[in-house]
Order: sequence, then structure tokens, then C-alpha cells
Amino acid sequence: MILRLERRSQRSTLMAFLSPLLAIGLTLALGAIMFVALGFDPGKALYIYFIEPLTSAWSIEEVVVKAAPLILIGVGLAVCYTANVWNIGAEGQLTMGALVGASIPIYFPDWQSPLVLLLMLVLGIAGGALFAAIPAFLKNRFSANEILTSLMLVYVAQLLLDWLIRGAWRDPDGYNFPQSILFEGWQVIPPLGDGRVHIGAIFAVVAVIIVAFMMGRTLRGFEIRVIGTSPRAGSFAGFKGKRVVLFCFMLSGALAGLAGICEVAGPSGQLQPHVSPGYGFTAIIVAFLGRLNPIGVFFAGVLLAISYMGGEAVQVELGISDKTTQVFQGMLLFLILACDTLIRYRIRLVSPGR
Amino acid sequence: MSTSDMRPDDGSEAASGAYILEARNIVKLFGDLRANDDIDLSLKPGEIHALLGENGAGKSTLVKIIYGALQPTSGQVFWQGAPVTISNPAAARDLGIGMVFQHFSLFDALTVTQNIALALKGERDLKALAGRIETVSADYGLPLRPGALVADLSVGERQRIEVVRCLLQEPRLLILDEPTAVLTPQEADQLFVTLERLAGEGCAVLYISHRLEEVKRLCHDATILRLGRLVARVDPQQESAASLAKHMIGTDVAALRSGSGAATGAPLLELAGLSMPTDDPFGVALKSIDLVVRSGEVVAVAGVAGNGQSELFDAISGERTSKSADAVKLAGAPCGRESITQRRRRDAAFVPEERLGHAAIADLPLSENLVLTHHAVGNDVVRNGLINRGAARDVMARVAEHYDVRKNLTDPEASALSGGNLQKFVVGRELDRKPGILVVHQPTWGVDAGAAAFIRQSLVDMARSGSAVLMISQDLDEIFEIADRIAVISRGELSEAYPAAELSPERIGLLMAGTHEKAGRDAERGAEA
Repeated sequence: MILRLERRSQRSTLMAFLSPLLAIGLTLALGAIMFVALGFDPGKALYIYFIEPLTSAWSIEEVVVKAAPLILIGVGLAVCYTANVWNIGAEGQLTMGALVGASIPIYFPDWQSPLVLLLMLVLGIAGGALFAAIPAFLKNRFSANEILTSLMLVYVAQLLLDWLIRGAWRDPDGYNFPQSILFEGWQVIPPLGDGRVHIGAIFAVVAVIIVAFMMGRTLRGFEIRVIGTSPRAGSFAGFKGKRVVLFCFMLSGALAGLAGICEVAGPSGQLQPHVSPGYGFTAIIVAFLGRLNPIGVFFAGVLLAISYMGGEAVQVELGISDKTTQVFQGMLLFLILACDTLIRYRIRLVSPGR
Repeated sequence: MSTSDMRPDDGSEAASGAYILEARNIVKLFGDLRANDDIDLSLKPGEIHALLGENGAGKSTLVKIIYGALQPTSGQVFWQGAPVTISNPAAARDLGIGMVFQHFSLFDALTVTQNIALALKGERDLKALAGRIETVSADYGLPLRPGALVADLSVGERQRIEVVRCLLQEPRLLILDEPTAVLTPQEADQLFVTLERLAGEGCAVLYISHRLEEVKRLCHDATILRLGRLVARVDPQQESAASLAKHMIGTDVAALRSGSGAATGAPLLELAGLSMPTDDPFGVALKSIDLVVRSGEVVAVAGVAGNGQSELFDAISGERTSKSADAVKLAGAPCGRESITQRRRRDAAFVPEERLGHAAIADLPLSENLVLTHHAVGNDVVRNGLINRGAARDVMARVAEHYDVRKNLTDPEASALSGGNLQKFVVGRELDRKPGILVVHQPTWGVDAGAAAFIRQSLVDMARSGSAVLMISQDLDEIFEIADRIAVISRGELSEAYPAAELSPERIGLLMAGTHEKAGRDAERGAEA
């Protein structure tokens, strides 16, 4: 008997829904095997990893804090990938947004006004969007592959941040640690309640709603979907591929930049050498796990946030390296892409020879 | 005809009356669809046998079974009287079955010899092969230069490569799938001579075609399929084209009502000195094209595929804009530099050649495919940048009803429709707007006779109601059926548009071969013929 993939005549709506669940199930099964191989009780390890983060108010709050940037970046990337525009550099756009936004409190440490926060957010968005416009321009003008250019620009942004933070922007009273001054007052995003959850979580929800509306109801969203599936039909419809490339890059860059400035003006409260624990890359998984659908991205963002928490938890409780987080995230992306095949194809068992 | 026998075992094995190939009770199921339902086919050596039928009649399925690309659900194939299982095309070639496909599988960037070497097993000595190619092609009247790059060759020459490739394997049975679809009448004549010569040498030929006149002229026997079943086995010499057509489609095709073709209306579409370079190395540059299409008439652009038709369509639709605004005028307004959206707003509508991937998107439902071309023109489908899905579905339903688009869901994805139904949809989508100017490219390509007649009637009705219709087509029957005037495109140059009544197919054939291009070439052509 051999397995054969047969093309379906229509996309399977059922499989489009089941595929991410199947991928999550397979990820858990492979994760269990990994824990056994490491010599741990798989049931206990998976419990600590995926369930325990949801059992205390503190850790649920922490999940929200981590889900917000993942969702913000994830919806932007979902729009890009729908248009067949491969922005891999959200991490760099996030860093650039954080850096540009943080320049205000660093250069004007004594300026206190609601305007400061507003300006920081606007600059964060602008920083991310303009930085993302670079690979878009290179693609439109020189046909440069955006996967390479956007990825390489991540390191440009990170090294620029490193250079500033160890040089001109270093806190003079910071005992030579590579970090900026601490932000305070209107330089910090106000928390919701007394925990660590801040307004950034609301931005994420608003972004999901706006992008869902744009993609589903507007001509702009339709244009993005059409260019993504069939550029030739798109040009017949009168849509301009280059305009879509620029729009998608700047939209996702703006959202990544917003996530970046929310990170430094929120939980961190200062600029440090690493703005995020790889949110910009993890958001790629969020976008795919969420079926490139804004609502799906919302749930995927929460799930991936839990995986960050779980990685820390198994490190503390079982002494397993928190690299397991990346292993889990990697397996999840790999399996979701594999399971997506089932939307268009069905598996048939056939006996050889006939 | 030459009777010289080149293959020594011919005649001895294939005694007269014995079949070289026989297929009995062939059934092929695809899910619930009976693509082949109890079909018999038999060929004698030296016979040219026609396989006739509309699109979807099951011809391709049957041929793929014989060539080993598909396995029958039940039924048996006999080769020289012995039952055989042909498990793949390589096995078919080993038996001595060769096939020339409608769509060639050639590498543009390689030479003729290299392409043929790729298809032949264990062919290492390219120099010797080039020699054999030259001998065989000269022998059979199919001149080929072994060292020529495929990219530089015409479609007719590319087909010769495929035929010569089969001949090098010394086939006992040669299958040709619609071989003349891409040929000029003169090239087709040349192919017929080759086929008759082959048959004279004892090779059996299975000839698939829609063109009944050809079949009558060339074939000794014909098997006719309809909806997967065998409907008749006839001698085409004894039949008229009309009686053959009747077998194929079951009912008589509705005669076309074309009314009076007197076009004295205002010029709605004007091309003046339209030139456009190509950035595609395999594309065709347009050279100073002039054409006027008036209100009330159908003008056809005839020509063999790949002579600039797609480029001409893109230039008129605005998918590619020209440098000069005056090169294209719609209803008198210069719009050579305008986008396709702006041109649609000037009451023009366009139907490109490719249904899927250009006119429509496979994965999108029909209602969204409607938005593709309707978003630009003033109706309720898109307002203030918002898509009104209800309105889109209503218009889609109206188009589907009026243009007889058969679908099994209310709003299926475009890929779920058959070719003919999708074509009716993409044509109906534009006609529903009642455009003043309609440009269509290959409006009935790959569509069954019933749907084709319906689409052609719609185009004629459109013109008679005062629109200007420009049809780019490679189907001469279609062109003579509905065109009031005919121009011919060849290597990016367009001839003058002549009244249809003044042109014979032979004259068009000469124009297709490029006699109008440059005066100097006329002599050259004459010498060749």
C-alpha cells in the first residue's frame, strides 16, 4: 500500500479549520516524545508547559502582555503573506519602532506632557513603517528578493540599537550597563489596572478588528487577496502589484513598530540591547497558525504567548533549557504548513501496480 | 504516394485485415463521471483513423489509456492481436506507439537536437542524432535545422520537432492530438502529405480533430464519441461535414442569426500606429498597428498563435500602456496612456484568452470574480471602497441565469466550473454591463459546440445593438461565422481589415504566413510555395 495525495475539486472548509488543531495535536505528541527522550514525565512536563501558565492571575496577565505584541505583528504579517509579500523582518521593524520612539524621552528626559506619549507612539509607528518601506522599495525598483533584504535589515536595526545603547544613548548613571535611562510619567504607557497589562493589549484588539474589516469588506483588502493569488488577474482587474507591496510592508512595519515602542515604553520602561524575545519572528508562526485570518491570529497569538511562559516554567521547575520554546514553535510552524496540504488534497491509500 | 517500404518487418507481421491496435469495452471512471463508457476502437496498419468528438466527449481519456498515461477501470487493449497492459508512456513507446501532443513539451532555450535527445532513451551521440534528424526530416518533407534554438522557431516548426521525435522511434502507431490547431493552412497541407506517406508505409495514424473538412479529406475511417460513449463508426469519405457534426453533438447546431452586417456607425475603437516593444525574450513586439472598429460591427483579428495576439490584447485593454496617448482611442478619446480601469470607465470591456489566472481566479467564488472587473464601473458592487457582497452575488446570479452558467452551488469557486461554463461566465460578466466597446480574445477556446454557438450569438447581438466588437481568434470557422471584417496578424504586424465576403481561407492563409508584412517578402514566399 502506498499513500497518494489527490487534489480536491474545492478547498475543504472543514480541513481549513481542522488543520491548525491537527498541527497542535501533533506538536504535543512530538513534544511528549521529546520530554520522554530527555527523561521527564511527559504528562507533567506538558502540564507545566501549556496548562500551568493559565492557572494563576499573575501568569495569565503575563500571557496577555506577551500575546499583545505577537498579535499586533501577526495581523500585519498575515496581510503581507496574503498578498504573497514575504516580510521576514518584523523583528527589525519592531526594533526600529522602539528605537525611534524612545529617542524622545532620551533626548528630552524632562519633558512631561500627554503629548510625549502620543509622539512616542506616532514615531514608533513611523519608524517601523519607514524601515519596512526599504525592502518594499528594493523589491519594486530592483526586484530584490524581499525575504533576504527584510531579514538582513533585522541585523542592521539590532546593531544600530546596540551601538546607540553602548554609546550615545547609554544612561550616564547606569554603572556602564548597556541600557538607556529609565522612562517615567508620560514617557511610560499607562497600565490597565495595577498589573503589568497595559494599553498595548487594547491596540492589539483594535488592530485585529480593523484589519479583519479591511480584508473582508473593502476593495483594498480584495486587491491584496487578488494580487496574492494571481498577479496576472490582478493586473487585469486594474490593481497595481507594486502599490500592494509597499502598502503591505508599511502596514506590517507600522504595526511592528507600534509593538516595539509599546514594549520599551511598557514592560521594559527603558531601551535595552534586546527589545523583544524574538516576537517579530514568532509572529510569523502566529500569522500562519491563525490561517492568515486576523481573528485566527488573535487566538494563535495567545497560544504562542503561552509557549513563551511554558518555556520559562519548565526551565524553573524541571531545569530544562528554555530553548524548548523555540523547538515547540519550530515544530508548530513545520506541522501547520504540512497539515495545510490537506485543505487542497486528500490522502488516499492505493495498492501499487494498478 | 510513395510505396517504398522502409521498415523490413512491415507487411509480414501485419497481414491485411489484422488490427495493429484494438481496444475493447474500455471503461474509465473518474469518481462518478464515466469519462469512457464501454468504448471500442480498432486500427489497421496503414490506416488514418479519425477520433472525433466535442470537448469532454472522452477522446483525451481514451488516447491517454492507449498511450499508457491512464489505466482503464475495465476493458482490454490488444496490440497486434495480443492482450497488453500499457503501464506508462515509456511502455507505449517500446511497443511502437508515438504521440504528438497538442501542447508541446519543449525547452525553449535548447536546440532541436538537444530537445529530441532528452526524449529518447540512451541517446548520447548528439552529432549522429543531428544527422539522423536531418535525414528523417528531409525524407518526410518536414524540414528542420537540428542546431536551431526552439525559441526561434514558429509553432509549426515546433510541431515538426515533436513529429520527427516520434518518427525517429519508428512507430507502428502515431497519435496526433489536434495537430492543425496551431498551423497555417499551408503548413497543415504539408503535414497531411507526411501523414499519407507514413500511412503508405504501413504506420497506423490516430488523428484527433474538431475540423471535419480535414477529417473528410485525410481519414479512411472515423470513430465518433459523445459524452463518453461510442456513437458511430463511419467512413468519413461517405459523410458530409454536417452529418459528422450531427453525430458529434447529437443535435443540429443552432444556425447563427447575424442580421445585416452593414457597419456605417461611428468609430468606437481606433488604433493608430500602435507600437510596443516586448520585454519578454519570447514575446512579440507590435509594429505600427492601425485598425478601426465601428459601432455595429464585429471585426476579427485572425492569425496563428504567438504572432502578437496577447500583446495586442494587452495593449488595447491597457494592461500595458503605450507611450503615445493617440495610439489607442476609445469612443474618440485618446487613452493610450490610461490604465485598464480608466479604459473600462470609457465603456470598454475586455475578455482575455486565459480563463483561469487572467480573466478569473480559481480559488475565488464567482461573486468575487465578478468584482474583479466590476469594481471600476459605476454600479452598486463597490461603493466608497467597500464591497457590497449582496449586490455582487445578485449580479453574479443574473449573469449565471442569463448566460446559462451551470453550477452546482450558488456561489462556487471558479475552478469548480467546467471550461465552457466558466467561459460563459467571463463573457457574460462583461456583456452584462452592455459595454459600447468589447474586445474578446479566443472567446470559444476549448468550449463545446453548444456553448460556443451561444457565445458567438451573444457577440453578434452585442454588435447589432450598437456596440463595437473586436474578436481576436485562431479559429477560422468562427471568424467566418460572425465577423463582418477580418484583419490578419503576423509577427506583430496587422494587415488591413477586409470585408469577410472578400476573403477566402486560402487568402487568409497567405496573410497569416506574412505576405502583408513587407512587400519584399512576397517574392520570397512565392518561391517557397
